[in-house]
Amino acid sequence: MKKSICLYFQVHQPTRLRLYRFFEIGKDSHYFDDFANRTIVRRIAERCYLPANAMLLDMINASNGQFKVAFSISGSVLEQFDRHCPEVIESFKKLVDTGCVELLAETYNHSLVSLASPIGFKMQVEKHKEIIQKYFGVTPVTFRNTELIYSDAIGAQVYEMGFKTMLTEGAKHVLGWRSPNYVYNGATAPKLKLLLRNSALSDDIAFRFSDRSWNNWPLTCDKYLAWLNANEGEIVNLFMDYETFGEHQRAESGIFEFMKNLAPTVLADGGWEFVTPAQAAKKHASIGDMDVEDPISWADEERDTSAWLGNELQQDAYNKLYGLVEKLGLVNDEDLWQEHSHLQESDHLYYMCTKFFSDGSVHKYFNPYDTPYEAFINYMNVLSDFTIRLDDAIKTGVTKKEKDEEVVIVTPINRPVDKVKKNPVRKSTAAKAPAKKASAKKPAAKK
Amino acid sequence: MRVLMFGWEFPPHIAGGLGTACYGMTKGLAANDVEVLFVMPSASGDEDESAVKIINASDVKVDVVDHNVNEFLGKVQFVQVGSNMVPYMDPDDFYKIVEAEKNCTREEFSIRYGQKYKFSGKYGSNLMEEVARYAMVGATIAKQYEGQFDVIHAHDWLTYLAGVAAKQVSGKPLVVHMHATSYDRASEANIDTRVLDLETRGMQAADKVIAVSELTRNICINKYGIPPEKVVAVHNAVDFSGRKNIEVERGVKDKVVTFLGRVTYQKGPEYFIEAAAKIIKRCDNVRFVMAGSGDMLNKCIRHVARLGISDRFHFTGFLRGADVQKMFALSDVYIMPSISEPFGISPLEAMQTNVPSIISKQSGCAEILNYALKTDFWDVDAMADAIYGLINYPAMSAIAARCGYDEVNALKWTAAAAKIKAVYESVIK
Repeated sequence: MKKSICLYFQVHQPTRLRLYRFFEIGKDSHYFDDFANRTIVRRIAERCYLPANAMLLDMINASNGQFKVAFSISGSVLEQFDRHCPEVIESFKKLVDTGCVELLAETYNHSLVSLASPIGFKMQVEKHKEIIQKYFGVTPVTFRNTELIYSDAIGAQVYEMGFKTMLTEGAKHVLGWRSPNYVYNGATAPKLKLLLRNSALSDDIAFRFSDRSWNNWPLTCDKYLAWLNANEGEIVNLFMDYETFGEHQRAESGIFEFMKNLAPTVLADGGWEFVTPAQAAKKHASIGDMDVEDPISWADEERDTSAWLGNELQQDAYNKLYGLVEKLGLVNDEDLWQEHSHLQESDHLYYMCTKFFSDGSVHKYFNPYDTPYEAFINYMNVLSDFTIRLDDAIKTGVTKKEKDEEVVIVTPINRPVDKVKKNPVRKSTAAKAPAKKASAKKPAAKK
Repeated sequence: MRVLMFGWEFPPHIAGGLGTACYGMTKGLAANDVEVLFVMPSASGDEDESAVKIINASDVKVDVVDHNVNEFLGKVQFVQVGSNMVPYMDPDDFYKIVEAEKNCTREEFSIRYGQKYKFSGKYGSNLMEEVARYAMVGATIAKQYEGQFDVIHAHDWLTYLAGVAAKQVSGKPLVVHMHATSYDRASEANIDTRVLDLETRGMQAADKVIAVSELTRNICINKYGIPPEKVVAVHNAVDFSGRKNIEVERGVKDKVVTFLGRVTYQKGPEYFIEAAAKIIKRCDNVRFVMAGSGDMLNKCIRHVARLGISDRFHFTGFLRGADVQKMFALSDVYIMPSISEPFGISPLEAMQTNVPSIISKQSGCAEILNYALKTDFWDVDAMADAIYGLINYPAMSAIAARCGYDEVNALKWTAAAAKIKAVYESVIK
């Protein structure tokens, strides 16, 4: 049996907030920096999405369909494409139509809802499936959680939602001596197959490719093939940000040429074939359970959720944000749901991260704020205004009822309301993380 | 009566409250028939000279080198060399370098003899050097204006050396004014001894010391060892003329409790946060705002997040000009929980905007304000009580606002200046 190589790219852009001062609370309810969002998504479309999609299409055609990739495209970025550069959606559609591209399901807003509330989690995944169906006419069968966050509890929920395959990080502190180059299954959901990211080989492309101080620079396809062949196991999973092509690694670095030649080089070797995640799960049997008690992710050295929930600022913002869900359910207003979901984007919490020294450079690169404190203040100001609107909506709902007896309560709960289980944010996750290779860094969000 | 006054800043270019106080005081003195020659390190020419004659120290040629200056300079230069000390240096070599630096600077001073020195008039890294040079200029000015003044008045430690030098040259009596002490600026362990030394020397050389409050007067007596009969408390006033209360449309329906000032140890921001947490637990109709910046700001943000109240506790960062007024206009309660405040002008501004104020008993203005609520800075329960009362009992906040407004508007510089004039008279005779 040929060994498998599985490529997956994450496509996401946050809905960035504008500078929102305290004085505006209660007066101005426009939160988002439309100009920055438009400028950035167009810039990245020009540098990355459009040229990279064209390149992948060429590669698929040139290989007669032997080259395959997978994407997860967040609802947030799809909204931005729709508004600011619809041609990107078209080019993704062309890729999907080849049949060689699998689209994965995720949370609509690239959120941390999987940690906060099972029902909210399900809602967001359904919403994402709908929008993928709407734009691309396909229904995802494989799941990828925000930033590859995974735990036994999340795995069980994902399986319950009907997914048979899920992607996550090959976190060393969970794997121990085991290799990420096999298919595993969830500990609490034995039928859910897990594909684990090979972090070293993924980061060689995503992070180190243009690093001239790296002793393996420049990276060539032959060299990379040799490394692939040196990896034991059945499958190599290369998961990375799609923005690696042209944005994180500029076109001048030769990243496009490298990628273009990678498929023919790997195929010519004869020992490899490209698969999508769903195909990989069919082809390979699970070799065992993977126990993941505490959530893991692909971010930072710790490979846990500390990039978003590591300090008290992030924990307070997170608790306040998800503390609103019950009220939102009472009001059940479409606009408020929509804005709340944008405020859920994990990027907002990521900007408040204070881990300056180890992964600081990565955090800084993706951060529009000068300090985590500014990010926190700005976010809380916005959230305060949002809360005022929400409370007002509840009050008007109630007064309406009092004034007019005939009007039935305005809030039939169509949308399932979470029982606002305050997420027990873990105080110290760092203690569990064993030392990682210093070079293995992974970003969690995009600028 | 004529007075030669040494200040550091004067409106419109001011960084601290000192310039504002000097401005009000000189106007008050003018109303009491006292002529003021006001010396400042760096005048811009757009100062209001209706009540004073401004002398720009940057325009004065130095022709007096006082021995005090050399003595002082030895210390200053030593500190400067020490701060950029090179590691792994032989102690002998280090001593030589320090000596060379000292000599070189002394030479530089003598070269500058007969020259002007351009002061920055700021509070920068060469502050100590500017203070020393200002003293030389002070002596020169005292000589130039000989016979044109009866008394010398120096404001805060920055100008004390200049005042002392002027006294030595002219033989006229010296009054020094304590607007703040080293003990207010930092906890006792972190006091800058250079500043402390200047303050002590200034007060010892002075004929009378004016303190901005009884609190400050007590510090002068107990901490600096100045004889009680030499220290007089004259409370500051506020000049609200030309100030209009602005109308602001409020965005939040909740009551707003505001802390406005530097977020530093001295101002007691942490007690404010603790009191806020207590209120937030009980009331859902109140928000707290910390307006200002300082070295404790980030610590405070974390503190607020840890208490889980950041949806009702807001930070604005540093506010200037109109935003300060706007912030007062948006507030229902103003609070100043200072650990040590020589006087404290901002509660007066708040009350002038009809905002009821809570101040710590450890602030100088507590001595003259009857309609501000007063608590100990450490007593967060009492503080929470006071906030709760002002928010929930309209009768209480109405009386605090109305009477407080009248009270602060009755504080006039003319009256304060009359007391200062009496101090002048006591030293002249």
